[in-house]
Amino acid sequence: MATSVRAKPDGSPPPVAPPSSPGPRRRRSAPGGWRSTLYRWDIKAIPYVFIAPFFLTFAAFGLFPLIYTGWLSLNRVELGGEPQWKGLENYTDLATSEFFWNALVNTFTIGVISTVPQLLMALGLAHLLNYKLRGRGFFRIAILAPYATSIAAATLVFAQLFNTDYGMINTVLDWVGIGPVQWESSKWPAQIAISVIVTWRWTGYNALIYLAAMQAVPQDLYEAASLDGASRWRQFISVTIPSIRPTILFTVVVSTIGATQLFGEPMLYGGSVGISGGSGNQFQTLSLLMYEKGWVNNALGQASAIAWIMLLLLLLIGGVQALVSRHNRKKLGG
Amino acid sequence: MARTLDRTPRSGRRFRQSAGRQHHAGPLTYVLLAVAAVVSLFPLYWNLVAASHSGERVVQAPAPLLPGPRLLDNLSFAWNQVHMGEALINTTIVAGLVAASTVVFSTLAGFAFAKLPFRGRGMLLSLVVATMTIPPQLSVIPLYQIITDLGWFDQLQSVVLPSLVAAFGVFFMRQFLVEALPIELVEAARMDGAHSLRVIWHVVFPVARPAMAVLGMLVFVQAWNDFFWPFIALTQDGNPTLQVALAGLGAGNHTVDHAVVLTGALISTVPLLLVFAFLGKHIVGGITAGAVKS
Repeated sequence: MATSVRAKPDGSPPPVAPPSSPGPRRRRSAPGGWRSTLYRWDIKAIPYVFIAPFFLTFAAFGLFPLIYTGWLSLNRVELGGEPQWKGLENYTDLATSEFFWNALVNTFTIGVISTVPQLLMALGLAHLLNYKLRGRGFFRIAILAPYATSIAAATLVFAQLFNTDYGMINTVLDWVGIGPVQWESSKWPAQIAISVIVTWRWTGYNALIYLAAMQAVPQDLYEAASLDGASRWRQFISVTIPSIRPTILFTVVVSTIGATQLFGEPMLYGGSVGISGGSGNQFQTLSLLMYEKGWVNNALGQASAIAWIMLLLLLLIGGVQALVSRHNRKKLGG
Repeated sequence: MARTLDRTPRSGRRFRQSAGRQHHAGPLTYVLLAVAAVVSLFPLYWNLVAASHSGERVVQAPAPLLPGPRLLDNLSFAWNQVHMGEALINTTIVAGLVAASTVVFSTLAGFAFAKLPFRGRGMLLSLVVATMTIPPQLSVIPLYQIITDLGWFDQLQSVVLPSLVAAFGVFFMRQFLVEALPIELVEAARMDGAHSLRVIWHVVFPVARPAMAVLGMLVFVQAWNDFFWPFIALTQDGNPTLQVALAGLGAGNHTVDHAVVLTGALISTVPLLLVFAFLGKHIVGGITAGAVKS
């Protein structure tokens, strides 16, 4: 890259004066004419040109499909066939379907038992990593390694570890006199196992996000707190946590979105009966039900309705979270 | 890994200055962090162990804890018999294209949002951020119909095109350039009569390069591991990515040999773990930079 204005490798701007490239200078000195028209057009239009790829991609692969999915959800649709108008029938069918309510409740329960412990452990880990440490680089990369592991790889490994008959986890539990736990066929153990996979993959990632936020907390807040005689635990609760509240909210939002669309982990954990979420649907999530309706039963209209219900759920959760954060800000007087 | 460790003291000094409140860690802190590290790494180690035994041994209790003799046999079987070789090539192509295009387009858009005045800038930026909350489930049904109509089912372009640029990348580059790129630099180039493409090439890209590298790695990891849409758009026996091939293996297609299945998992994980081992520090920085500001 031949640069006339060279930036230092670390990204800081060069200290020297701007470039003098003779070509463009001559161009600018040409009085008026089409060149300056072109130049003005360049200044006015170029921002839109630069953002166009994103918005075109989003329009084609995000917004249009989203709206079209909404329309499909009001029809009976099979692949390759003409849509037949059904009004709200897909939605009323779902409202009376025990499979739908089962999937909705499963999505919620797996979401809670995978998100809450995950974020609490991440907070604790970040706090530990914030001490003066030997080998901090090793610890950071070690806890981030699960993030580099794909859903599929992680789930296939954990499915073996959780195997009821020969898995290592039941072997260890057997030593302490527990079990054998039915990690696949029994509802709560299966949901816990799936949550363990999610938690394993994301705890380190969230811990590093919290760590960065903690390191940005101003030192004098802690000094003031310790002058007031606050213990370390007290400082963690009343200085650290309130200071990183926006970051906590960010991770809650991201984890909630992820939990709502959970698909790969339960599907692969269930092996050959993964799409139905286990032989008794004991861990079928909304995403799995949507896939089953659309691609197993060829009922794309019903699948679309489930997709839109997921969107409405996310909007609802987003609204509640916005209310909570506004309430918190008011309470803090800022 | 060693390189990363060597570097930590330097970055550590910087953190200490900015963060303060650096109590020395006690023994309990080290114990807890060691437990976290073991829990994080053990499943990956055990993946290697299982991939080096026979299928019969993997499904015997107690599970093996030390590597066995069959790693090369399993690798050759997974590579040749259950599509893992093709899948590795396909995934490299997809993740490479997606990362390259996302980095370029995100830098352009991020630069516009950070430094160029235009009507509707604030509103459009909020829109970019809002699109991050839309799950892929809302688009897969029409996209599936479209790729079927176009004859793109099971073709790699059907997973590349929707991912050419991502809202996350635009926001990430915007956050970086707001602070890193002095507006004087852009104006000076403009005074010299440079048109916008020259400004991009000679001013924006050189300044943005470190952030572009980090974004490229993050997007590469994401594209490498992407599951939901590739699982719908591709098939295990046609043009699979690694994740699609693994999903087929996990469902019991082609083999019920769990050692082979886990060898497949190993093939999909090791390239990314190598990237993390060598560049982990930068990835750590990138993850935190994207989140804290928002």
